[in-house]
Amino acid sequence: MKQLLTLTGAIAALMSSRAAIAEYGLNMTKGVSTISGDIYSLHMMVFWVCFAIGVVVFGAMFYSIINHRKSKGVKAAHFHESTTVEFIWTGIPILILIAMAIPASKVLIDAEVLDKADMTVKITGHQWKWQYDYPEEGIGFMSNLAQSSREAITLDDKPENYLLEVDKHLVLPVDTKVRFLITSNDVIHNWWVPAFAVKQDANPGFINDAWAEITEEGTYRGQCAELCGKDHGFMPIVVDVVSKDAFATWVTEQQAEKAAAAASATKTWSEGELFANGETIYNANCSGCHQKDGLGIPGAFPAMKGSEITNGPAADHLNIVINGKGGMPAFKMLGDADLASVITYERKAFGNNGSVVQPSDVTSAR
Amino acid sequence: MSTIPAVAAHDDHHHGPEKGLLRWVKTTNHKDIGTLYLWFAFSMLLLGGAFAMGIRAELLHPGLQLMEPQFFNQLTTMHGLIMVFGAIMPAFVGLANWLIPMMVGAPDMALPRMNNWSFWILPFAGAILLSTFFMEGGAPAFGWTFYAPLSTSFAPDSTDFFIFAIHLLGFSSIMGAINIIATVLNMKAPEMRLMDMPLFVWTWLITSFLLIGAMPILAGAVTMMLTDRNFGTAFFDATGGGDPVMFQHIFWFFGHPEVYIMILPAFGVISHILPTFARKPLFGYSSMVYATASIAFLSYIVWAHHMFLTGMPVAGELYFMYATMLIAVPTGVKVFNWVATIWQGSMTFETPMLWALSFVILFTIGGFSGLMLGIVPADIQYHDTYFVVAHFHYVLVTGALWGIIAAVFYWLPKWTGRMYNETLGKVHFWWAMISVNVLFFPQHFLGLAGMPRRIPDYSLQFADFNYISSIGAFAFGLSFVLFAYIVVDCIRNGKPADARPWYSAKGLEWTLPSPAPYHSFNTPPTRADILAESQHS
Repeated sequence: MKQLLTLTGAIAALMSSRAAIAEYGLNMTKGVSTISGDIYSLHMMVFWVCFAIGVVVFGAMFYSIINHRKSKGVKAAHFHESTTVEFIWTGIPILILIAMAIPASKVLIDAEVLDKADMTVKITGHQWKWQYDYPEEGIGFMSNLAQSSREAITLDDKPENYLLEVDKHLVLPVDTKVRFLITSNDVIHNWWVPAFAVKQDANPGFINDAWAEITEEGTYRGQCAELCGKDHGFMPIVVDVVSKDAFATWVTEQQAEKAAAAASATKTWSEGELFANGETIYNANCSGCHQKDGLGIPGAFPAMKGSEITNGPAADHLNIVINGKGGMPAFKMLGDADLASVITYERKAFGNNGSVVQPSDVTSAR
Repeated sequence: MSTIPAVAAHDDHHHGPEKGLLRWVKTTNHKDIGTLYLWFAFSMLLLGGAFAMGIRAELLHPGLQLMEPQFFNQLTTMHGLIMVFGAIMPAFVGLANWLIPMMVGAPDMALPRMNNWSFWILPFAGAILLSTFFMEGGAPAFGWTFYAPLSTSFAPDSTDFFIFAIHLLGFSSIMGAINIIATVLNMKAPEMRLMDMPLFVWTWLITSFLLIGAMPILAGAVTMMLTDRNFGTAFFDATGGGDPVMFQHIFWFFGHPEVYIMILPAFGVISHILPTFARKPLFGYSSMVYATASIAFLSYIVWAHHMFLTGMPVAGELYFMYATMLIAVPTGVKVFNWVATIWQGSMTFETPMLWALSFVILFTIGGFSGLMLGIVPADIQYHDTYFVVAHFHYVLVTGALWGIIAAVFYWLPKWTGRMYNETLGKVHFWWAMISVNVLFFPQHFLGLAGMPRRIPDYSLQFADFNYISSIGAFAFGLSFVLFAYIVVDCIRNGKPADARPWYSAKGLEWTLPSPAPYHSFNTPPTRADILAESQHS
């Protein structure tokens, strides 16, 4: 029992030392949104209440364990009932709980209720990536696990922000009330950025909402927080919070990029261009299931190499990629040029001998 | 008492166990069936533990070293299912079988043939569940909570075998529960009143009602999954007018009572052990009974606290937060009563007492984190992180499993007629107690620092605590080898045990010789016997 006492003491010392908490990431983040600090304070308040109750209860236990032992020649008392103490230790916890429930309710209502948002971002979960759309700004993109992380999974050398880096960051303005509309394209995901204290399930067929007003510029990282299949651990979230001016500039750039992509979809691409662009898109979007070598996983994910789809008529291939089938998600959110590239890559790589698909084919297949 | 030798002599002629292996297949005896349940549960514990070792080995270092993510998910899923339905629940039914007839002064369980059947369904259900590992697409990989649509449209064909296994496990549990209710209410000694019953009997009686209420709901959930998967219904599919969140409501309407199914009998066990080794009666017997019943009632009206992030209205979140916080009251009463029980006692610290005392402390730590999780705004940050993993392992491992191990050491002399090796028992306790905290305590920090649960790989900031946790896991896993040795050594080489091996132990089971005769009480105990052995005298 002495060991236990020492252990409990050491843990208590560890928990109470603020320095240790900051250094080793032992505690919840205070975050950078208008709500996250309140949630942190509530968490600490409840923690210290529990800690105090623990000190009283365990203190009484250890006092008894140390002093009321037979080896010390103690004779056992015989009391075994007292309605008074039962009332006391039913009543006092109720009062403590009421004292906790009042601030908890207040923070909850603050966190859940938003009168008016300054802007909206729609977040769609996919197996296993996030799609971000800015409906008012008319821009949108996919955000995949960064290649540097994907390649390092089986290596000893890990890059900075291993598994917490993506190919395209979500960008948000500082000091702005942002409403997140969260949904899913396949299974349930959960969009979580600890620093914003935003964590909300993405349910297929339903739209949930959450909001945050972020008070500090910076880069913040999060992860999917609901088991969503094989690569649940490999769909991180990275958000750049920038000044309102920088955000406006970024939006303009994105709109120009989108216009350029739309223009490129009308021209005819060479096979080499399609193949090169397709390889990047394949590795980011498709290799999670169908594997980088196109061999798939037998019984779960079909092979690309030598398959009837990749070597057969282009119409079937287009249909399955655009509309999905069973466990295979629909990829209609990708642009025509990107879809043409990735389909061409699948039909030409891995020793396959399918036909080339042009962006115009995708446009007419939609 | 005078009837006992006659019972033993009688047994030799007509009612002794059958010879050979068929004894175990055909038996309708509550002790044989209890033994079968306990060994089955222990073997499932080792198997589920082996899965956990695989999980912790993969999480020892960042990166994927040993397995593909899909197999990792199969391991986490099967670990949960096997531990809940294969280890903890059958172990408590085994304890109930062994102990309830002896504690209520009955000769056997009320429905002995059904008792045989409810056990023998289990190995087949377990085999069906485990066979999915060898099927195309692998075992279920959607977590033990099997949320739709990951478990419906997106799951391998083997999921239908999982559904069938869950149905069978449900039959078994419901039959076990019916049998326990019938035994307690119909077979208890005529002179025994309800408020004379020992706490283990009371907690199991209440647990049985939870089982009868909860298991059919689970069966309903998996049946809806089955028809969604195979017969074109859309209960959980929004494209057909269904709702995936409805699955979670149904699942947790089973799932929350389920967690109390796994802990209430442990409360009962602890309420027997603490008084014995404190040499002092249980404090607040009747408030313990009422607290258990209150917890059981509350367990049915708090289910959605597992679902705060599914998009619930604020009013719903407030209600489920208040209802959840309320559970702390009766649970607190139980803990305070236990502390009052040992207060001013004359304690000794044999192995069962060590497990029981550490149960009170460690289970309470799990209770604290449970209270924290019930606070909705804070749950936004805790939800689906390792903080949750730490919480439910504190209540299920150092709660439910601790109760089972404490019970095994406490009643082993009665079951086997022999004493276990006390030194080894203590070594095993300290080994398990320290390693389990090294295993689970750091997971609180991991969760608070932002590590989601059910991920096979993690970013580098989580590396240190995962390493510590895995080392603790390997040490804790190894402790069960010693546990198995101690039990087998007790059965084969233990010194003969007295009828009442623990000085001031109270309870009708201690009035029987050790080992207990094949049929417990052929003549019901008298009112005087019952009063002398009651927990509140």
